[in-house]
Amino acid sequence: MLSTGKLRPTLCLVRRPWCVSAGGFHSSGRRLHNPDEVDLFDFRYTTPFVKNLFVGKFIREQVFPFPRLNQQDYDQLQQMVDPVERYFKDDVDSKQIDMDAKIPPDTLQGLKDLGLFGMQVPLEYGGLGLSNTEYARLGEITAIDGAIAVTLAAHQAIGLKGIMIAGNEEQKAKYLPKLATGEHVAAFALTEPTSGSDAASIQTRGTLSSDGKHFLLNGGKIWISNGGIADVFTVFAKTEVVDSKSGQVKDKVTAFIVERSFGGITSGKPEDKLGIRGSNTCTVHFEDTPVPVENVLGEVGGGFKVAMNILNGGRFSMGSSGAGIVKKLIEQTAEHATTRVQFNKKLMEFPLIQEKFADMALRAYAMESMAYLTAGIMDRWPGGNHDCSVEAAMVKVYSSESVWSSVSEALQVLGGLGYMKEYPYERYLRDARILMIFEGTNEILRLYIALVGMKFAGDILKEKLKELKRGNLGLILQTMRRRWGPGFGLGPSLGFVSEDRFIGDGFKAHPSLTAGAKLLEENVNTMGALTETLLSRHGKGIMEEQLVLKRVADITTNLYAMTAVVSRASKAAISGLPNYDHEVLMANTFCQKSYNANMQMFDDLSRENTDAAVQKIGKDILKAGSYIAAHPLDRTHDFDNIDVVPPRR
Amino acid sequence: MANLRILVGVKRVIDYAVKIRVKPDNSGVVTDGVKHSMNPFCEIAMEEAVRLKEKKLAKEIIAVSCGPTQAQETIRTALAMGADRGIHVEVSGKDYENMTPLHVSKILAKLAQEQEANLVILGKQSIDGDNNQTGQMTAALLDWPQATFASEVTKENEHLKVVREIDGGLETVTVTLPAVITADLRLNEPRYATLPNIMKAKKKKIAKHKASDFGVDLGSSVEVVSVEDPPVRQAGQKVESTEELVAKLKESGVI
Repeated sequence: MLSTGKLRPTLCLVRRPWCVSAGGFHSSGRRLHNPDEVDLFDFRYTTPFVKNLFVGKFIREQVFPFPRLNQQDYDQLQQMVDPVERYFKDDVDSKQIDMDAKIPPDTLQGLKDLGLFGMQVPLEYGGLGLSNTEYARLGEITAIDGAIAVTLAAHQAIGLKGIMIAGNEEQKAKYLPKLATGEHVAAFALTEPTSGSDAASIQTRGTLSSDGKHFLLNGGKIWISNGGIADVFTVFAKTEVVDSKSGQVKDKVTAFIVERSFGGITSGKPEDKLGIRGSNTCTVHFEDTPVPVENVLGEVGGGFKVAMNILNGGRFSMGSSGAGIVKKLIEQTAEHATTRVQFNKKLMEFPLIQEKFADMALRAYAMESMAYLTAGIMDRWPGGNHDCSVEAAMVKVYSSESVWSSVSEALQVLGGLGYMKEYPYERYLRDARILMIFEGTNEILRLYIALVGMKFAGDILKEKLKELKRGNLGLILQTMRRRWGPGFGLGPSLGFVSEDRFIGDGFKAHPSLTAGAKLLEENVNTMGALTETLLSRHGKGIMEEQLVLKRVADITTNLYAMTAVVSRASKAAISGLPNYDHEVLMANTFCQKSYNANMQMFDDLSRENTDAAVQKIGKDILKAGSYIAAHPLDRTHDFDNIDVVPPRR
Repeated sequence: MANLRILVGVKRVIDYAVKIRVKPDNSGVVTDGVKHSMNPFCEIAMEEAVRLKEKKLAKEIIAVSCGPTQAQETIRTALAMGADRGIHVEVSGKDYENMTPLHVSKILAKLAQEQEANLVILGKQSIDGDNNQTGQMTAALLDWPQATFASEVTKENEHLKVVREIDGGLETVTVTLPAVITADLRLNEPRYATLPNIMKAKKKKIAKHKASDFGVDLGSSVEVVSVEDPPVRQAGQKVESTEELVAKLKESGVI
């Protein structure tokens, strides 16, 4: 069933819509569009893929065929991969960096010389102008050293990103060239002692000077990556804005480009951290720092949006960097498992060990597939003004947790050896932990995923729900039919499952993936029905139902992951990549596992579950501020003084 | 005195870090799906040429590679390192399998003349064939002086002073130009092709030729009979003392 060999020749009958250039629509416009590679589907008239999943819609043209690079871009990318890989292998001493909690200046300079500080800065500003896809690929390599990866990300994924997406021509021309070469290092300064996930609550203030030429910045930021080495900061501060309608003065967040040379900036000493120890993290204080009004990034009062756009856009790359780490781990751990002998058997012969490798590989496969699918969608979006923030958040949540669990499993395979500082594994474990915390905690991102999706669905269903509540019998029946019949969860065909040996128009899964694709289709239909149920059950109150939202986020993330692996494995089968049968097996297996997990969550959401009890336990404990249950050895006078006689046998 | 036009040979070989596998029919080694990169000695040769140009001693560097289409990747790397243009002499399939240093030398000699190069820098050998002949034969065909196994190259007036690594020490020679130099391991430490330079190299030209353009017949008088894995190394033994060592050696008949 999973074998695909016989099916491939049929594909010559098909048009070739999968031949799209992932770089074709890159926002910097550096590539000319090759007319042979025009998408047959126009993205402009739709919403990004994931939001539609919430209403049970599957925009197959966005995710099939799996995005790929044209030959020229592919060749160039391969050429770039080579020196970067060699540099990290030969010239980066991760153990030393971790021990010294510092990246040596030579190493840093080497990274700058290679061009890694300006990967996505457009060519005209001296960067490499890489597409999201290309950036993701290099991220696989730079992730091998967590401290370096974070330093690079703090610089370009967030530090200078604001200038790229919200800066005007003068700001770009002034700052980007030096940032692209690494002559200047950038940092992103948002978090404050009292303002973490709740970014709108920041206290740092920008006050317009009496002559109207400067803002004076005052306040303190904490945990700023590159905070001690940066020359240019993207700083967020509250400023007074007069509301155009009411005429009232309000505090609103404004983004600023701040040079260290403006004065009044002090950085604290580097924080001593659990992991990514070589990356510089510290406090940054602003005391009457004069920032010229020309350095306002975007509009005065528009800073919150700038911050969210910066953060939302960059998260997808954690998928490829995470996969880079896990793939490397598999390689290193496999060596141990294939040589270590216990009970006269190699570890590799034990099913419990095999399972761990399968799990790591499936996670890496899903991470990669999601990351490159997302990057591809972003790259081919006309004009680049996509909104893939939900997709990106899904990649981040899934990848950060997968890296953590994979590193943990790898350590388990290695036994005591993995726990020793002599080997790199404990460092990988420490480095991986931050992934679930920074760039938006996974908790916040889960709520984001679910709420954005629910809002999208809510807007569409609003009218329909009104009708339902008013008791429109026809619509109720229609909804019931959809929700419960024919056969629970089974719904209309979504058009991407190949029922026979032809994949038809190409916007479909390869026939070898029909098993996985059917499970996905069923889950998507159930999801559409679930959204309606939840919205009618909770109404706006859904916003407060965090345990429900968490499951919604996890289900839809699984759906996106299933979509990505099915699409990618289809591509592998269609183009006959080496070991594509292995990919097909992985994709179908991944779908089955995700389907099982989804069914459990659907089940939890459709009837009595432990949510209320769980919340009560948590609340009781937090009210007491401690563990409440008595010690297992504690006695009470009345009861415990009765001697318990063991029953006679 | 930036008058040198340097021709550098760059060969695409199986990457040094790859574990080589012999084909089941013993006709050669497995190359399909195997990572390839520029021969390390060619990298050193390329680096030396770039340094001469940076010292304003050279006006142009031409990178040449003979091989299948993928040899262009190697030329691209050379262009990213600093070569000004490339020449790809396409040799593929059976012809490439049969190609020997003499064929390459003939092509290089012709190219050196056509391109009016006055210095040819090659790696001392490639890590796949390990022939160590191409530089020497190219010099002979051109009737130019040669300085092989170079570990230091300096320009003195119209000469090049070359320090050579020879058995037991170093030898210093001077060669008049035009000349052929082959690079040894310690000549320099090659730079990384940086990503910005890789992008810039896209604009540089690669001219395509066939061996026949240079009147070189690729027929060969050498036939590869069999390629085999080296014998598997036998397990070693640890000994406690010199006496035991001597006893063991005698036992095995070595002494």
